[in-house]
Amino acid sequence: MLRIFLQRCLSAIPVLFLVVLFTFILIRLAPGGPFDDERAVPPQVLENLNKRYHLDDPIHVQFFDYVKHLLQGDFGPSFKYPSRTVTEVIYAGIPVTLELSLYAFLVALVFGITSGVIASLKPNTLQDYVPMSAAMIGLCLPSFVLGPLLILVFGIQLDWLPVSGWGVTPGDKILPSITLGAGYAAYLARLSRGGMLETLSQDYIRTARAKGLSGWRVVFHHALRGALAPVVSFAGPAVAGLLSGSFVVETIYQIPGLGRFYLQAAFNRDYTMILGMTILFAFLIIICNLLADLLLLWLNPKLRGRK
Amino acid sequence: MKNFGIVVALLLAMVVLHGCGEKKLNNVEYGIRNQILYYANGDEPKSVDPHLITGTVENNIIINLFEGLTSKDAKTLEARPGVAESWTISEDGRVYRFKLRENARWSNGDPLTAEDFVYSWRRALNPRLPNAYAYMMFYIEGAEAFYKGENTDFASVGVKAISPHELEVTLKAPAHFFLQLLDHHSYYPVHGPTLEKFGGVEDPTSRWALPENFVGNGPFVLKRWEINKVVELDKNPHYWDADVVRLQAVHFLPIDDQQAEERAFRSKQVHLTNTPQMDIEKIQVYRKDRPEVLRVIPTYASYYYEFNVQRKPFDDARVRKAFALAIERDLLVKNVTKGGEVPAYNFVPPDPEGYTPQIYWREDVEEARRLLAEAGFPNGEGFPVLTLLYNTHDNHHKVAVAIQQMLKKNLNVNIQLENKEWKVYLAARKNVEHDIARAGWLGDYLDPSNFFDILRSYAGNNNTNWKNPRYDELMNTIEATSDPARRNELFEEANRILAEEMPVLPLYFFVDINLVDTSVKGWYDNVMHFHPLKYVYLEASEP
Repeated sequence: MLRIFLQRCLSAIPVLFLVVLFTFILIRLAPGGPFDDERAVPPQVLENLNKRYHLDDPIHVQFFDYVKHLLQGDFGPSFKYPSRTVTEVIYAGIPVTLELSLYAFLVALVFGITSGVIASLKPNTLQDYVPMSAAMIGLCLPSFVLGPLLILVFGIQLDWLPVSGWGVTPGDKILPSITLGAGYAAYLARLSRGGMLETLSQDYIRTARAKGLSGWRVVFHHALRGALAPVVSFAGPAVAGLLSGSFVVETIYQIPGLGRFYLQAAFNRDYTMILGMTILFAFLIIICNLLADLLLLWLNPKLRGRK
Repeated sequence: MKNFGIVVALLLAMVVLHGCGEKKLNNVEYGIRNQILYYANGDEPKSVDPHLITGTVENNIIINLFEGLTSKDAKTLEARPGVAESWTISEDGRVYRFKLRENARWSNGDPLTAEDFVYSWRRALNPRLPNAYAYMMFYIEGAEAFYKGENTDFASVGVKAISPHELEVTLKAPAHFFLQLLDHHSYYPVHGPTLEKFGGVEDPTSRWALPENFVGNGPFVLKRWEINKVVELDKNPHYWDADVVRLQAVHFLPIDDQQAEERAFRSKQVHLTNTPQMDIEKIQVYRKDRPEVLRVIPTYASYYYEFNVQRKPFDDARVRKAFALAIERDLLVKNVTKGGEVPAYNFVPPDPEGYTPQIYWREDVEEARRLLAEAGFPNGEGFPVLTLLYNTHDNHHKVAVAIQQMLKKNLNVNIQLENKEWKVYLAARKNVEHDIARAGWLGDYLDPSNFFDILRSYAGNNNTNWKNPRYDELMNTIEATSDPARRNELFEEANRILAEEMPVLPLYFFVDINLVDTSVKGWYDNVMHFHPLKYVYLEASEP
């Protein structure tokens, strides 16, 4: 397992390098520069800015300069927010994004697996149809529809929960977490139902039942472990998706996470900010996938022997 | 036991929901009780350094953090004493002598002197500082040469500290709006010792304007700035006029989504929204249900389309004029923009106190068809398919579709719509790659030169390729003219040239649409979108 871990870590290095290279080239190809504004910037000001941020150097010099600073842990200054560094912005936003993703993931796990298991116990009955229909709706409702709907009902009509902010008023984390987690909960519900149905029909489950074990024990101790394999392999990309895909929810609820900055950075052509965020998200995605793979190995010993 | 999971989940949900169900004060009520204003401010500010900022979002904040020599009246926009308590102007209108208040202080308690202004203006004009608004100071003698590096001796610039509390400013030509201009952020003073401590005057990445280091001279100070969350201002106890400031704090929230902003207002999380545009459909709802909070204010701003006059067939003024005459602006503002915008038959917005341009043409479909036929396109036959460029935005799209239909109906001309992402659109416009492009302009101060100057032949914002030597000559003459009546005559001549040549197609004059809670007092509507918070306070309205 350690070897696999090390191998994967090593292979991440060229991946990250390519991510930096391609992002660097792609953002330079996009029309418009970081300092273009509705009002034409006087040529002298533009020249000063380009000089200040070394944008007047040849592009390969800029690239190697960037990589050199990056290796020292310096993401450079933000072009849009002159008195801030990219690292600072990331530091400010990442705890929020991580927290939001974590809560959303918990929402997805708790609601998804619970309803999936419940549904699988009595397939094709009401106990199956109700949670699975709910899951279908959850899958079909994108967060930019679900978010405003939840706000309308719980925020404005019932006035139970705040409609924006993060950690400002008590309870303001509930609606965003549900909005972001709902789609994943629905997906997890379907996955765990499928996994459970397949596992429950296996011989060893029949053996367990024949031994006279209680239904609960069979489900939780024997079936669930096998049934969760597809859930776990989905969880890695899901967490990555939650992390990098939270900008819609962040915008709806005005949450100061990274997603909004990422999107804004792209619109602003804030080169260093785009690069910094891309590297960070690439890194997080690699880590999530690695963790999911390791978890799978732990859950299913059969995989360990494979080269 | 069987439904253990569900029971636990339900219990958890009940606990959480119960905690939130308790009635607590919303921001609006809390704010009224403690004089804290919650202000939806559109976006995350770039900076609060007055010599670096360019946008409205930043301006909304820094007009409360700094004070210039003068300070505009929020109701009338007239220049009132600011740091300067009085001034004299020489006979020829070029030399201003300001007497600064003895009790003017920085927010750290340091006295504010005439030298501080000399230092600050020198910094604002420093050619190595990327100050996009340095040109606002070019009315001062020698300022432009210093900024362009033609003269490196600041003594040649017309700014002198006569004594600690006397400042003399010499202009290159009389400018009757100069007192008003002194309230623009490029003229604000900055605190020298703080700047020097954090990397000197030239460094745009300096950290002097962050809360932990900030020193200003306005009615408020920068208290806290959490990225993408809040910019918090506290009352400045060292401000010379602190007794009249009633707000104890202001929270600027960077809500960049129109819908989220409106919801925040509706759920009483903010006292007001101050972004110029609002969802068109929402305006109607407020107009009907809550007219007392909807503020629709005409502004000194113009919405227009630019022709590329080098491209056929727009090289023919008759075609440009035909387009202008074929658009039904009343329908456009009534059915499309719906905010109460004013149809425009001039590029320059009217100023009731100053210059109001004459109108030389109105919609006239018959005349438009005649002009088009004269230019070689009878009934639009043979007219090439042209593109109309605009940046991706719902409201701009709606306007573009309406214009497309009007041109088809009235002139039988086909226009293709092309929406581009903001920076792509800016680049295309700058390089004049378009046939027609959407544009807007908001005046920095109340003077028509603000608008007329854009269309000078080689002006950075002239994206039309239109060049007219007579027009340029007029602009130069205006610059050297002080007599208001004479200036207005010259402006009118320039206006007539624009009406004949039509390099830009005026559509309407903007309105600002804001939501302001009835508890907000001392907030006045004006055409410059200028809302200082010095005199604003909160008071619960009668139920």
